[in-house]
Amino acid sequence: MTRFLALIPFLLAVILGAFFIWGLNPERDPNEIPSVLISQPAPNFALEPIPGVEVPGLSRDDLLNNEKPVVINVFASWCVPCRAEHSVLTNLVERDGIRLFGINYKDKAEDASRWLAELGNPYERIGADTSGRAGIEWGISGVPETFIVGGDGTVLYRYVGPVVGEAAIAKFRVALTQAGVLGTGAS
Amino acid sequence: MRYLSMLAVLFALIATPSMAVEPDEMLPDPVLEARAREISKKLRCVVCQNQDIDSSNAGVARDLRLLVRERLVAGDTNDEVLAFVQARYGDYVLLKPPFKPSTYVLWFAPPFLILLVLALGWRVLSASQRTRPSHALTREEEALADQIIKNHKKGGRE
Repeated sequence: MTRFLALIPFLLAVILGAFFIWGLNPERDPNEIPSVLISQPAPNFALEPIPGVEVPGLSRDDLLNNEKPVVINVFASWCVPCRAEHSVLTNLVERDGIRLFGINYKDKAEDASRWLAELGNPYERIGADTSGRAGIEWGISGVPETFIVGGDGTVLYRYVGPVVGEAAIAKFRVALTQAGVLGTGAS
Repeated sequence: MRYLSMLAVLFALIATPSMAVEPDEMLPDPVLEARAREISKKLRCVVCQNQDIDSSNAGVARDLRLLVRERLVAGDTNDEVLAFVQARYGDYVLLKPPFKPSTYVLWFAPPFLILLVLALGWRVLSASQRTRPSHALTREEEALADQIIKNHKKGGRE
């Protein structure tokens, strides 16, 4: 019995130590909200196009019968990181040939069309989510957020925040490769 | 000085807890509005985490408040509204974690640890009581002590 009691401090130190190592891991983000959408079918939503922008609107039906997974980017003209992310997404569309859909989150039509005219429009379809309701259906906590949706409409991946900077782009490219959008040998 | 204290009392009287719920969000029906407030206090704001949506000024929190009220007007029960939001944002959005197998550790750890500590403490204390040596004097020691005290009272020195 006393021998067992003498072991208790040691055991406590090991358990607490393991807990601290786990807690101090820089890879771990305690603010990360696990998405319930992963491996689930895309939520139900139907958005009108932005008035004055030539691309069509976006709804759940557009996600159901695609040959390859598509990327859905939630953006807004008032969102500064989106501006930084824009060139990354444009690159992915122009060089890697991904299909990019947009959800224009809580934006004014004239602001959004001016933003797209200025920076260029890499989006194949854009749905105008003026109320933010589609954003709730997708469970977003802010803009930008980017999803990869499989050809059958299954949500495969979610990236919170802007895909900007080498590390973030590399991470996103890995996800694209895993989803089968990019070839494994692609540069 | 007197004015100052009066002013302090006045400020204390008009001070109310700060609220994020804006007048245009509120429902005309006070019963439904009270239920909406109750539900909002159970939902976590996903932007400013650890704050409920009832007291958060974030845009998404406002949208969720409006959504909660919309569901209530549509005839949902409180639990149905919570389930609706939970289906989109996961367990994380509930400030009180649900009771299910993945959270058993969370719910059972505190009572288990208290029981463990009480049991260990009881064992340690009872074990030390059993082995404690007796400090009572034997008969010979008692007699010797009496002798010493008697001698001392007589004034003699040993």
